[in-house]
Amino acid sequence: MTGAEAANALFVAAIILFAGAMFAYAVEYAFDKRAPKRSKQLAVVGAESTADDGAEIGAPAGEAPISPAAARGAGRLGLILTFLGTAALAASIVTRVVYTGRWPWGNMFEYTVGVALAGMITWLVLVSKGSVPRRLGLFATFAVTMVLGTSVRVYTEAGPLVPALDSYWIVIHVTAAIAASGILLIGCVFAILHLVKRRFDRQVSDGKPIRFPLDVAERLPDATALERLTFKIHVFAFPLLTFGIFAGAVWADLAWGRYWNWDPKEVWAFIAWVVYAAYLHARVSGRSAKANAPWIAILGYAVMLFNLTAVNLVFGGLHSYAGV
Amino acid sequence: MTATLAPPPRSKPKAANRFRAFARRWWHQLTSMRTALLLLLALALAAIPGSTFPQRTISAVDVANYYDEHPDLAPWLDRLWAFDVYTSPWFSAIYLLLMISLAGCIVPRLGVHWKALRAKVPDAPKRMSILPYHRVVAVEANQSMARAVLKQRRWRTTVREAEDGTVTFAAEKGHLRETGNLLFHTSIIFMLVGVAVGSLMSWYGNRILSEDKAYCNNLQQYDEYGLGAWVDETSLPRFCLTLNDFDAQFTNGGPTAYDADVAYETADGSGDYGLEVNHPLNIDGTNVFLIGHGYTAVVTYTDRYGQTQTLHQELLAMDAAMNSEGAFKFPDANVDPETGRVDADAEVGFDAILVPTYDDATAMLLGTDPELNNPVLALTAYTGDLGLADGQPESVYAINEAQVASGNLERVNDQVEVIGLGDAMTLPDGTTLTFDGVEQYAVLQVRHDPGRPVVLAGAILLLGGLLPALAVRRRRFWIRWNPDGTVETAGLNRNDYDGLDEECDELTAAIAPGYEPPPASDSDDPTGSQQ
Ligand code: HEM
Repeated sequence: MTGAEAANALFVAAIILFAGAMFAYAVEYAFDKRAPKRSKQLAVVGAESTADDGAEIGAPAGEAPISPAAARGAGRLGLILTFLGTAALAASIVTRVVYTGRWPWGNMFEYTVGVALAGMITWLVLVSKGSVPRRLGLFATFAVTMVLGTSVRVYTEAGPLVPALDSYWIVIHVTAAIAASGILLIGCVFAILHLVKRRFDRQVSDGKPIRFPLDVAERLPDATALERLTFKIHVFAFPLLTFGIFAGAVWADLAWGRYWNWDPKEVWAFIAWVVYAAYLHARVSGRSAKANAPWIAILGYAVMLFNLTAVNLVFGGLHSYAGV
Repeated sequence: MTATLAPPPRSKPKAANRFRAFARRWWHQLTSMRTALLLLLALALAAIPGSTFPQRTISAVDVANYYDEHPDLAPWLDRLWAFDVYTSPWFSAIYLLLMISLAGCIVPRLGVHWKALRAKVPDAPKRMSILPYHRVVAVEANQSMARAVLKQRRWRTTVREAEDGTVTFAAEKGHLRETGNLLFHTSIIFMLVGVAVGSLMSWYGNRILSEDKAYCNNLQQYDEYGLGAWVDETSLPRFCLTLNDFDAQFTNGGPTAYDADVAYETADGSGDYGLEVNHPLNIDGTNVFLIGHGYTAVVTYTDRYGQTQTLHQELLAMDAAMNSEGAFKFPDANVDPETGRVDADAEVGFDAILVPTYDDATAMLLGTDPELNNPVLALTAYTGDLGLADGQPESVYAINEAQVASGNLERVNDQVEVIGLGDAMTLPDGTTLTFDGVEQYAVLQVRHDPGRPVVLAGAILLLGGLLPALAVRRRRFWIRWNPDGTVETAGLNRNDYDGLDEECDELTAAIAPGYEPPPASDSDDPTGSQQ
């Protein structure tokens, strides 16, 4: 087996492990019914309707095909699989480095794999710090598996780099951008979970029936907690993103003789940065702006994804010689 | 309404007042967070067209192509500054408003922060139990110890003694957050100043330079240049550059390194430098960058009288495999050396494509390998009038199509003729063009931008401010010794902060040895995982 084949085998292993983890988390998410049906403050608001909704939302724990203890076991298995998958992904990248003899961020495929790794590490750090309940790994592994699945579509054979990419500044620049993108991916997941839970809470307090898929939100943590977590993740990632953009400007200055040229990649990085700055402001600009803040965060990630995919594939520009 | 009916002399102060109130209201509006938020989003939106339409400052050629492809739409877009988005009035208006809003936000906050830094820390409320963190300490707490602990941990402390004997220590920490925040916002303005300085005072020139050729730093010798509004072209620094050698390395058909050996000469001396991509040469604050390379074909034309002319002609790469196109022009050929008579169809030109690695096993002319493994020239010859004498600017990279169309320049061979290195193409009149060799050229960009260090300093300050602005938490802590002998401690968050209880418990334990923090209550479940 050549180095490239080994790297690919590890990559496939990582995807399989993450998919397995996703399934295990899903079991925990669905069947670990220790939790009361409603979060605390809502139990008061929606007290009258609890009984009917309870019947609608799921069978009582006793009749579940999987016991809560077994479900928690599945969750632990999911976490182990996540660790293994992350290790496999890291090993795949290291193998590529050894095989190509260069740093691993040379094209869009490698970049995407890096983002997935950064996202998974972020997730594992959050779980091990106890900041998030383990069962939410369902959503994190889902997002990361999607990213990895997409990366396959832009797979590029490991090869040498064009001269302009041969600079330690681009290593710094891309590493920071990858780390920021990975962390923001998890931040975006939490922004979405918050919005879903908020919607769910509103339906409950309005006494409206809750149907699939919104009933999934029942087992999410409290909306306020999700919002604060979203904010914290973004606060952590924003300086990294800022630094990544600056490092890119330093590199552009060395390679092309100008630190900022409004190249499409730069334009969209600027837009993403400004949108995230708007998110941070929205959060302190009063009630209604704060309520919209998670949407701005999601918009920010949409811009990041656009910059990663469409700008590379459609616009071209100086950055496109990084190879698809 | 009454004001408009009032006689003019009396309405004056009123109008002025109203104007002031109006202005104040608008100023308030402009400097509010909500406006900042909207302006930020507007700026993001306004930046988008710059990536969808070609921009003049990046590539004037692309703009011209756009005009060719959309002749009706392009002039309209141009009127909306779609090809100059980042200098357009509407883009400028948004960021200028944002800057004004920013300045209007920073200046008052500077004053407030300055006062806050020197102000006494406010006293705790009478009933400390209303604060988010509150403990009544059962064990003894010593005042001098408390003073030492707070000092050692850098809490700003104000001590108050009431007449009834109550002593309160009010401590505060985390002003660095606002300091960082102000630094961060100020450095945005600072960076913008650097960008403005750059656009007014910078200049650049691009130059294609073949091996063993030299040029000197003045605008006439650049293929393309740009000058800031405040740059005097006669004041450009004096220096000359020679390209001694250029080396491109390839692995598996892809370039991996370019090295240009240059010699430079300034008024103060001379030197050599190994110019590489990402490794510019700095001559007294002016940087020389290697931004590309290409092939120079060396060809010799032998005319009807046996006279030879050798041409070193740079060719432009068409693709990543360095298939390159260009033209060889011999306007002075076929002049009878004895009589000086010029034949009517004397001038000769060739349309040329250089293929670095030609593969005659395939039907394709163009190669896929940029390295010079089997270079060939694909040639089309023309004789007649090249059209160089009419005073119009001429591309050296292409045969003048208008001359061909008008019949002044006649195409000689219908089929493109492919010749290898050392071979010759023979024209019907017996004249020949031999392919003598291939050299390399470097594309250099010379650039001077005095705004760069300002922008860099601004960027460093910005990051230096952003980290504390986001990471530091402002919080207060109070200790009160009541006349009845009990001691209370209390804490308050000024920012979103999870660790307040832990930190305050730890402080309480430090000033009252033996204090046991209560076990964490079940309700402290920030993640909701126990729900
Ligand atoms: C170019 C425009 C601006 C950018 C890029 C920007 C960016 C940022 C960023 C990234 C933060 C987060 C740092 C922190 O939370 O301390 C922030 C915070 C803040 N910004 Fe701005 N800002 C801009 C303009 C403004 C303007 C015009 C105002 C005044 C209305 C303003 C007021 C604030 C305030 C008060 C905070 C602190 C929020 C908090 O309590 O944490 N900013 N800004």
